[in-house]
Amino acid sequence: MTGQRSRIALMFGLVAAAIIGTGVFQSWNLALAILNMGLVSAIMAMGVNMQWGYAGLFNVGVMGFLALGGLAAVLVSMPPVAEAWAAGGGRAWLALVLGAATIAGLIWLHRRLPPGRRRWWILAAAGVVGLIAFRALFGPAVDAIEDVDPAVSGYLGGLGLPILLAWPVGGVLAAGAAWLIGKTALGLRSDYLAIATLGISEIIIAVLKNEDWLSRGVKNVVGLPRPAPYEVDLQADPGFVDRATALGLDPVEASSIAVKLIYAGLFAVVLIVILILAERALNSPWGRMMRAIRDNEVAAGAMGKNVKARHLQIFVLGSAVIGLAGAMMTTLDGQLTPSSYQPLRFTFLIWVMVIVGGSGNNWGAILGGFLIWFFWVQVEPMGRWLMDVVTAGMPEGSALRDRLLASAAHMRLLTMGVILLLVLRFSPRGLIPERPA
Amino acid sequence: MDFLNAIVALSNFVLIPALAYGSQLALGALGVTLIYGILRFSNFAHGDTMAIGTMVAIYATWALQGWGVSLGPLPTALLALPVAIAVTALLLLLIDRGVYRFYRGVKAVPVTFVIASIGVMFILNGLTRLFIGPDDQRFDDGARFLIHPRAFREATGLAEGLSIRTTQALTVVTAILVVAALFWFLRRTRTGKSMRAYSDNEELALLSGINPERVVAITWIVVAGLSVIAGVLYGLDKSFKPFVYFQLLLPIFASAILGGLGNPVGAIAGAFIIAFSEVTVTYAWKKVLTYVLPDALAPEGLVQFLGTDYKFAVSFIILVLVLLIRPTGLFRGASA
Repeated sequence: MTGQRSRIALMFGLVAAAIIGTGVFQSWNLALAILNMGLVSAIMAMGVNMQWGYAGLFNVGVMGFLALGGLAAVLVSMPPVAEAWAAGGGRAWLALVLGAATIAGLIWLHRRLPPGRRRWWILAAAGVVGLIAFRALFGPAVDAIEDVDPAVSGYLGGLGLPILLAWPVGGVLAAGAAWLIGKTALGLRSDYLAIATLGISEIIIAVLKNEDWLSRGVKNVVGLPRPAPYEVDLQADPGFVDRATALGLDPVEASSIAVKLIYAGLFAVVLIVILILAERALNSPWGRMMRAIRDNEVAAGAMGKNVKARHLQIFVLGSAVIGLAGAMMTTLDGQLTPSSYQPLRFTFLIWVMVIVGGSGNNWGAILGGFLIWFFWVQVEPMGRWLMDVVTAGMPEGSALRDRLLASAAHMRLLTMGVILLLVLRFSPRGLIPERPA
Repeated sequence: MDFLNAIVALSNFVLIPALAYGSQLALGALGVTLIYGILRFSNFAHGDTMAIGTMVAIYATWALQGWGVSLGPLPTALLALPVAIAVTALLLLLIDRGVYRFYRGVKAVPVTFVIASIGVMFILNGLTRLFIGPDDQRFDDGARFLIHPRAFREATGLAEGLSIRTTQALTVVTAILVVAALFWFLRRTRTGKSMRAYSDNEELALLSGINPERVVAITWIVVAGLSVIAGVLYGLDKSFKPFVYFQLLLPIFASAILGGLGNPVGAIAGAFIIAFSEVTVTYAWKKVLTYVLPDALAPEGLVQFLGTDYKFAVSFIILVLVLLIRPTGLFRGASA
């Protein structure tokens, strides 16, 4: 135990030193930016670690759950667009209810009708009727909503509530989606679950990109309300300026640092709460049961554990944590840009964090979140520096020199792959391995 | 007359594109299914293998074009194929040596291979971006059309002009040749038979003196051939963009799983089912229906079931249905 404690302390000390080093040698703004996104990444990694590390579920749809959290931020915090609601809001939601009812009706029919060819014909007919009715109601409503001042709004807006409320709502939204997916796809073999979740995440992104009435699509939602004051307001506040100058700081830089510190405080609270809960769960009888199921499903089933129900439970819980992190990230960005969600960045990078940090261990996941995020940000300047050194002797304007300098930006994917493969090969249980039971 | 017009419109926008797309998917899915059958893992790096192989082919094509080499009406890229396949095969063998062989030695569980393939995916993706960048590249040349719509209209007097692009015809012909060669190889040659034996029953194959490392090496070489050809055909038909190749992973896996992972015939059937479903569901049927239906019934809307951006949803829904109803796929794959 003590060996692992000191290992955890050492690893986190190294990460802290790296971030502080960034502050000293580059800028405190950058260091705090890394810290903030590192906190969010750590929460994402904890969510994936619950599914993979505790229970062995291979979820590669992380991006989709993050995006649902981001959508929650928009739906909760943006002010409602009254004109759009008047134009077609009610009709659009009615159509969605009708669509959901159609699907529920199909499932009900499937259960009630005797098996055979006749059942499929009836189901197909009912499905087509439902689809036509849905489209007839939904299409005009959406057109009406999207015609309302498309350059500024063209969507229904949100509820106009404080954005901090969006964080738990993001978790709930992701949990709901996870429940639907888990109901159908859990119980499949691990690679099938992987492909299924990959598909779901692409579909969620496609919905955000195309359903302008909901999320403004590729027009993006910008200017989300913030839980922290705006920098310009701080700079205009004489009390703040006095305190900054008393500390010997430039007010502009001080305002930016102050805002980042507020975010860091909020994120740290969430991280600590989730960590305490997760540690208690992992070390409880429930956590031992989860690991028992992960290590031998058949034996755990024979001992009377309901493997399927436990898998669904942990899948929903992990996805809720990911959705929460997604809402926090969108809050930090202050905008929802559906086209920025790319699987390498938002699914597989989180996986690198979990594998490198140490799956099955909450501290490992957190470490991975900070460490990999630090590298993700810093590899680019490191690559540029490396290329500057390499190309120093080359003549100005040579094709190879330009190529190499331009390629520095693409070094990070390569580096992430190399880090993942090295850790998987030489330290397969991660930097902070799972504690033996 | 209207009926003929409807058929021509249908061919232009549904049948021919789906046939070409299905052929490209089939070659991709064959690669995935072979790796699954022999090495027993789902290779997440397959889309990026296609991308990097295509990138080599593009550079070779540009070099050939620079030297003034041309195939006349056919795209020069065909001449670049052997080079690209050789380079990709070498790369895959190196990766196997450096990454996967270790895990075979320690008899790691399949999911470890999958995670390793995610690492390989990052590296290949990074290399592709490093060398050619993330942007669109076009490298097709030669004649654009095999059947030009205007010429067809003038020759037949129909309102709709049938259009078959050279790349579409080339895709289908090449895919047929490649698949025929692959099946001949797997069924008739000694090496191919040893690969099938290894895939069916590893222990028995080892007992009968089959060298596993040789089988694995030949699998990677065949996979290099399949993925480069699939990637180049896709790039000629549409365009080359690394991210799009990464996204092809989903329909390719859907095809392979639909047909039964590890089963080559299934992979081909699955690819065409996915391609035709995607194109049919995302095509706006207005034009065809206007020709076929009487004027009174002519549709007002586009009659499009789903926007083209939702084409992933189609492969996904088919995939989920298959997994729920018949988890081993249509053709009983190696997976149980």
